[in-house]
Amino acid sequence: MKRVAIVGYAQHPILKNAGALNEVELIMPVVHQLFNDLGISQKDIDFTCSGSCDYLQGAAFAFVEGLSAIQTNPPIKESHVEMDAAWAMYESMLKIQMGDAETALIYGFGKSSPGDLDAIISLQMDPYYISPLWPDRVSLAALQARVLLDQNVITSEQMLASVIEARANSKNNKNALITDLIDEADYLKNEMVSSPLNKLDCPPISDGSSAMIIASEEKAYEFTDHPIWIEGIDHRIESSNLGSRNLATSDTLQASMNQLNLKNIKFDVAELHTQFSHELPFLKSLLNLQDVPTNLSGGPLVGNVMMCAGLDAIGKTYESLKDNQFTHGLAHATSGPCLQHNMLVHLETQK
Amino acid sequence: MSDSKDLLRAPFELAYNYKRSNGPVMSKFFEALGEQKILGTKSSTGKVFSPAAEFDPDTHESLNDMVEVGPGGSVESFSWIEAPQNHHLIKEPFAFALIKLDGADSSMLHMITDCNEADLSIGTRVTAAWSETTTKRITDIKFFTLEK
Repeated sequence: MKRVAIVGYAQHPILKNAGALNEVELIMPVVHQLFNDLGISQKDIDFTCSGSCDYLQGAAFAFVEGLSAIQTNPPIKESHVEMDAAWAMYESMLKIQMGDAETALIYGFGKSSPGDLDAIISLQMDPYYISPLWPDRVSLAALQARVLLDQNVITSEQMLASVIEARANSKNNKNALITDLIDEADYLKNEMVSSPLNKLDCPPISDGSSAMIIASEEKAYEFTDHPIWIEGIDHRIESSNLGSRNLATSDTLQASMNQLNLKNIKFDVAELHTQFSHELPFLKSLLNLQDVPTNLSGGPLVGNVMMCAGLDAIGKTYESLKDNQFTHGLAHATSGPCLQHNMLVHLETQK
Repeated sequence: MSDSKDLLRAPFELAYNYKRSNGPVMSKFFEALGEQKILGTKSSTGKVFSPAAEFDPDTHESLNDMVEVGPGGSVESFSWIEAPQNHHLIKEPFAFALIKLDGADSSMLHMITDCNEADLSIGTRVTAAWSETTTKRITDIKFFTLEK
């Protein structure tokens, strides 16, 4: 494996409603902030890859418009994933491994405010057995929450703690959307959206964008004195047949942990793409992170830009390692209902 | 000012107008639903998947041995919606649920209504209620109700 490092990451302030700001106008500031911070331009980028969801804009190939945010003349090598931009980062990593690129720009963007996110996500499900029933994303997450509670994998006290801590941690995140603190009484006042999940167990509807630059070892030091190395990256997916999965565990995440040899690593920090309150204690237990400071940024419960929040988990881990005397960080990105598809990224500062 | 009839016009519908084929396995499942029967596929290990799966996620074999399951089953998990949203098919309080049909080893996602949240728990027995007209779609099962 060629060594690859993250050399920069920028995030747009997460907005409740970006209003007339279109996707291009959301992407442009973060890309240019990165270029300015590193003193580079699009000419220094060998490969550009984005992550977004055409369903959010309601038009096929809507992502192509996003390219207006970057300079594409002279022509560039470019790709897109209809996934969280964490997977655009994965594709970029492969491109560098194959020797096709030394540097890559990754960006993700999502505006959930104009539409009905619950209805839109229903349309992305299996079109034969699931989509025609219009299950909303909260109800699908709630199915897993109930299984986890029923089997005592997690407790409702842990769900409450996830919500309270996320808001307390939002002070570490200048881009957080939700920053007001709450207590148990506030939490219990909220009505169920889809029992056992109440409104505060769910992430806020969010608009925004993020960008990241990664580079091979040779190029990384040209860009920065403080690269953060991608020591390991692995992603695996559970069956698309929701009813044949065991929702109380994740064999594929277990396989990723083994593949990355995470067992003996003492992580200093972790950022998990846990969109619902029950997912945080579940993954902390599965990933052996009980004693590891997790989601110090507040995580998706204080701002959850669709198609960015996974990349943001990687970006926030990168920032934590860069800004503190930390050595090891673990980032997690997810996609699909009930944590169906998961990516783990092991980041490390230079030894 | 140009006359409005000089303007170029094109129809635009905001939709993904894809047509999908059901394929050999799901076709049999949906044909049977039209006759108010629920089928599953059986793997060489004896495991039965309903709704019919085209392959076994564990053994990776393709599946085409069809067996009848249900129409009763037990609740594996559920989420209760007191206030349905516009896009939901049921306008009264209802649950999305994973239901393991009798004779099946996997669960079907569907809806349960005509009951209260307190009536449901993991293991509760339910049975399929059929739509008045069948269209060979998953919605031919209108929803599930508590087993009498």
